[in-house]
Amino acid sequence: MDSINDLSFERAFEELDTIVAKLESGELSLEDSVTLYERGRLLSAHCQALLDQAELRVQQLADDGSLRPL
Amino acid sequence: MFNTSNTTKTVTELTAHIRTVIESDPLLQGVWVSGEVSNMTRAASGHWYFTLKDATAQLKCVMWKSAAQRQTITPRDGDAIEVYGHISLYEPRGDYQFYADRVRPVGMGDLFLRFEELKARLNAEGLFDPARKRPIPSVIQRIGVVTSPDAAAFQDIQNVLRRRLPTAEIVISPTQVQGNEAPPQIVRALERIVTYGAVDVILLIRGGGSLEDLWCFNDERVARAVSDSSIPIVTGVGHEIDFTIVDFVSDYRAPTPSAAAEVISQRSIEVIRAELTDLQHNLTQVIHNQIDQRREQLDDYARTMAYNSPLAHVRVMRQRIDTLNARLTREQRRQVQLLRERVTAKTAALTAADPRAILKRGYAIITTADGARIDSVEAAPIGTPLLIQLADGEIIARSEGTPQDGLYQRPLI
Repeated sequence: MDSINDLSFERAFEELDTIVAKLESGELSLEDSVTLYERGRLLSAHCQALLDQAELRVQQLADDGSLRPL
Repeated sequence: MFNTSNTTKTVTELTAHIRTVIESDPLLQGVWVSGEVSNMTRAASGHWYFTLKDATAQLKCVMWKSAAQRQTITPRDGDAIEVYGHISLYEPRGDYQFYADRVRPVGMGDLFLRFEELKARLNAEGLFDPARKRPIPSVIQRIGVVTSPDAAAFQDIQNVLRRRLPTAEIVISPTQVQGNEAPPQIVRALERIVTYGAVDVILLIRGGGSLEDLWCFNDERVARAVSDSSIPIVTGVGHEIDFTIVDFVSDYRAPTPSAAAEVISQRSIEVIRAELTDLQHNLTQVIHNQIDQRREQLDDYARTMAYNSPLAHVRVMRQRIDTLNARLTREQRRQVQLLRERVTAKTAALTAADPRAILKRGYAIITTADGARIDSVEAAPIGTPLLIQLADGEIIARSEGTPQDGLYQRPLI
């Protein structure tokens, strides 16, 4: 699993969504459930933090494919 | 016929005749007419009503919804336009009207023909096919924007996105959006962003302007670049009433740049926050449910196990053993008792048979000196040494023979 702090909001949210669905399926061992739950909590906190500091980023794409802030 | 007749006609009959005259004149049945638009009304029904006028005359016009929907431009009051259609009579009011079928801006006749030709050709190729249109992703992280960085439209979409989707990131691929140079530039800007690739959706936008200003979005090269894009494209070109070729080709046509930004940010930050809260709630709920469920299961198992425990068998067996033990003990006691009784009986019998008891009653056992029992008179002739055992000891004697009558008193045995 990826380090949570490196995940984009959308990746983190998607994974959180998947985790909840997996837990809801009820097909996991209790140990796996708890592990997943703990990761879910971390993902959820990460999402909240990203939302709180979200600020629209605008970059310009140059002909050579490089990005620079606008 | 009316010239030579004196017959009076009804209004209906005369009106019907006028209508016949109008409708049999080829010029009135298919003609381009130019003028300035006034009293433009777009009715709720979708029909258009307007008046076309010049310095000295005016013409009432109507365009039915079916035709209005096909038009590239929507006339506004004051626009100089050319309209194609036919004249007919609206009998209930006695008005003649121009029934418009096509509308184009004045002086752009050739351009419009080319527009219509291109539109028809691309449509025939299937480029407008609804089946080709891809859905806008519901989760959008990076947004490619193809427009001029200096355009007001670019500011507009940033305002919308800053408010609604600040988690997103904009990558602008800059281009001119008007003039002759615009079409190849737009194509290059599109190719640049598609090659870059790391965006979820592309906004191709330009603010409102004159028809000439927007014309680059009717360019075939631009239309094909939009069609070739591997990333979904939302167009927002001009105002609500402006339709360009790229609008037909794109995956989604928004009426304005701001609307394009709104369309891709329907899952706005409020929605995301709500979803996140729901997810957190579900997460906690689910794990608690699971733990509760397992705890219940565990309790069940514990009960079942207690019920089926070997201990229970042990208890049962122990009980049986206890029962058996009790029976055994009882039986044993009985047996002992029985034996004891028999021993007592035997002891009594033995006691009864004890020769010493006989001796105590006064009897004696007489043997010879070598211990042979004397049980006959013949065994003890005169002179035989005798050992007489009594209860408290022995005495020795010698046989005197059988007794003479009257000399010995005999006790009763």
